[in-house]
Amino acid sequence: MSDRRNTANATREEVEEFLYHEAALLDAWRLDEWLALTTADCGYYVPPNDKPDADHRSTLFTVADDHARLIERVKRLKDPSAHAEYPPSRTRRLISNVRLTSHDGDTIEAAANFVVYRFRRGDDRREYVGHYRFKLRRENGALKIAERRAVLDGEELGALGAVSFIL
Amino acid sequence: MTDRYVIEDRAKNTFSLSREALVSPIVLEKEHRAIFDTCWIYVGHASELAKPGDFRTRHVAGRPVIFCRDKSGAIHALLNSCRHRGATVCREREGNARQFMCMYHGWTYETDGALKAVPGPEAYGAAFDKQKFGLVAMPRLEHYRDFYFVCFDGAAPPLADYLAGAKEYIDLVVDQSPSGRMEIIAGVQEYDVKANWKLLVENSVDDYHLPTVHTTWLNYMKNAGVNVRPPKEEGLLLPSKGWGKDLGNGHLTTDNVNFRGRPVARWISIYGEDAKADIETIRRELVTRLGEERAARIADTNRNLVVFPNLALNDGSSVTVRTFFPTAPDRMRVTAWCLGPAEETPAQRARRLDAFLTFYGPGGFATPDDVAALEAVQQGLAAWREVGWSDMSRGMAKPADAQLNTDEGHMRVFWRQWSALMDRAG
Repeated sequence: MSDRRNTANATREEVEEFLYHEAALLDAWRLDEWLALTTADCGYYVPPNDKPDADHRSTLFTVADDHARLIERVKRLKDPSAHAEYPPSRTRRLISNVRLTSHDGDTIEAAANFVVYRFRRGDDRREYVGHYRFKLRRENGALKIAERRAVLDGEELGALGAVSFIL
Repeated sequence: MTDRYVIEDRAKNTFSLSREALVSPIVLEKEHRAIFDTCWIYVGHASELAKPGDFRTRHVAGRPVIFCRDKSGAIHALLNSCRHRGATVCREREGNARQFMCMYHGWTYETDGALKAVPGPEAYGAAFDKQKFGLVAMPRLEHYRDFYFVCFDGAAPPLADYLAGAKEYIDLVVDQSPSGRMEIIAGVQEYDVKANWKLLVENSVDDYHLPTVHTTWLNYMKNAGVNVRPPKEEGLLLPSKGWGKDLGNGHLTTDNVNFRGRPVARWISIYGEDAKADIETIRRELVTRLGEERAARIADTNRNLVVFPNLALNDGSSVTVRTFFPTAPDRMRVTAWCLGPAEETPAQRARRLDAFLTFYGPGGFATPDDVAALEAVQQGLAAWREVGWSDMSRGMAKPADAQLNTDEGHMRVFWRQWSALMDRAG
């Protein structure tokens, strides 16, 4: 993997701007607008802590959503009956170390580090630390998420308990 | 039966549970002796140790354990504590070892636990006998159909007797594999819940909560075309009928007519049209091998089994093996795996894992809400001095064989056994 500042059709600045925008939508729970950033074949993955590089078809993941499941996840999260996220958690995402890692045909691959702080009333602050691996594609000129992988650094979920919001 | 924590009146059909049992550090301390040190406790599955030298390290009933297969192929559960000064001799999660060497002073052990060598042996006296300094094994290790359990109590019955009626329900899981070989699939879910461990026993088999806690999961199933309307029969709250059962020795299970689909072998729309023929093939194999009746028993029912005290085998949307230990009165550590037939094709395996995630685990559509419910309970229990008792009498007026999965008869089985063991410990 190279660490080019530019790929053929995106600059790091544009990708950074896109990831910051995505993070802002998720922190604001503007989930429909966030969903609109995904392609119709988008996958969202949180690999298990003990096998961060595994394939979801042969290894048990924490989250492995295809786009249909992702739509249902957003529906669920907007429902007050999603008890783990009602009232919705307050989250704050810090995205850094954004890199364009490769470019293959229409697909731009980008990586970024994250810290997501999560707050709930009466609960301890939880800190989700890890990195994202994105596959991005252009649709009508705009960047869209074709794959989103949130890889946690912890050896186990442990005190984080659950990944009940979109990480 | 009356004691401090469980008060039952069979004439009046009342069953009250002292909330102190769910908050007290004194109770937890006693549970370690009365429950975890006398019962058979799940340690791991044979499939996790495929080759000689394979090992997994984990904590079992508070002890650091090396679950491993030695050079000759025999399985051991060794206490992971150097006989010299106590350090854990194996610090990796899993792998394959020719020996275990303590990083502190270099004492080296064979994979069966025998002490192989110590650096500078000449400094020890003639009476120093290496044979007496092997890693200490868990006092007892036995398995039933590849599920390995340990026990610290020499007076406890053999595992096969202990499991009692739970064996029949383990068979219903293992018989899903044509060769009788189920395997733990890679990828473990380890997470804490801020609640007393016994609340997860209840929750694992409590189908009364399904319509309220898992509304969003039921909606998801409905959106995908699965029929989730309860049948027109009085008293049914769920899309299908199910029972709660006493399996003896504190073990309990739900036993439900399936509506949620099963990788072995009942198709639902979530699997996709493409999977229909494959599910039929799996079903035909079951029928050929086991006959129509037993095939239907396996494929058309789902069952959440609790092996007392802390192993849940949830054979529902997929199969999860889940064990949990208290780390404080108001906190537990959960470890969960997915189990599947060893001979599954890649497509079948992918379908099983996908089905698992529709419901189970820290990112599933249901488990996080269970966790939220248990944590809400634990928060409410802070008022235990004023609100001292929980009610667990649901269904009590009905005969034992009429207890539904939405009743609490099967949960009373757990609490009676818990109470008897706590009494026995004095």
